[in-house]
Amino acid sequence: MALATARVSMPKEVGKGDIVEIKTLIRHRMETGYRVDSVGKKIARHIVKLLTVTYDGEEIFRMDFTQGVAANPFVAFTTVATQTGELVFVWVDDKGEEVRVVKELTVA
Amino acid sequence: MALLPRHAWASPELRDKALNELTGGRPISDGRVTLTIPQVAENGLSVYTTVQVDSPMTPDDHVKKIHILAERNPIARLLTWHLGPRSGTAKVSTNIRLAATQQVTALAEMSDGSFWRDIKPVVVTIAACIDGG
Repeated sequence: MALATARVSMPKEVGKGDIVEIKTLIRHRMETGYRVDSVGKKIARHIVKLLTVTYDGEEIFRMDFTQGVAANPFVAFTTVATQTGELVFVWVDDKGEEVRVVKELTVA
Repeated sequence: MALLPRHAWASPELRDKALNELTGGRPISDGRVTLTIPQVAENGLSVYTTVQVDSPMTPDDHVKKIHILAERNPIARLLTWHLGPRSGTAKVSTNIRLAATQQVTALAEMSDGSFWRDIKPVVVTIAACIDGG
């Protein structure tokens, strides 16, 4: 997944206790493992398996994927703004490769 | 040739088996969960899906997990989201693949151990290409 890129969209500054909407997108084929190539050879499954999100070191969201999730997975979810800190997004695919995005959230 | 995708497709029975494994056989109630998905999905390769669960999302009373299941996909359980009181709301969206016209189920597991679901039928015009097509 070396070429995979990920994006996270969320506000930079929010009020304490606010509900923060977070949108994430990773470029990934999410190859199902069911397709065959032009010579009839099965194309190996290659999917994102896991997305974990921590806020100041504590897990706030996790998603387990299967090949039933569309290519270039988009995921939107929410969290409560507790304090100024770092949100760390880590996607892991079934080859063990990792993509990491870090976002700073300022809580006024 | 058990590996042929057509033979590997889920069925309502396999979906129910997956549901049973997720709940440990406990009863599932209808309600509290709202699955928002198009009635007609023109492209089964990417179907925008939102699940919202009615919950205060407090430490004592919150949604722990949400699963999406499909009865006519190669595998019954498409995804699982893990939430908690820090989620603030139980509302998550993503794009799923649907291999055929079918019923889609959203299942929520609450912190009190209860299970809730919503089921929606989806007509798929162009199925996700899963058998080499």
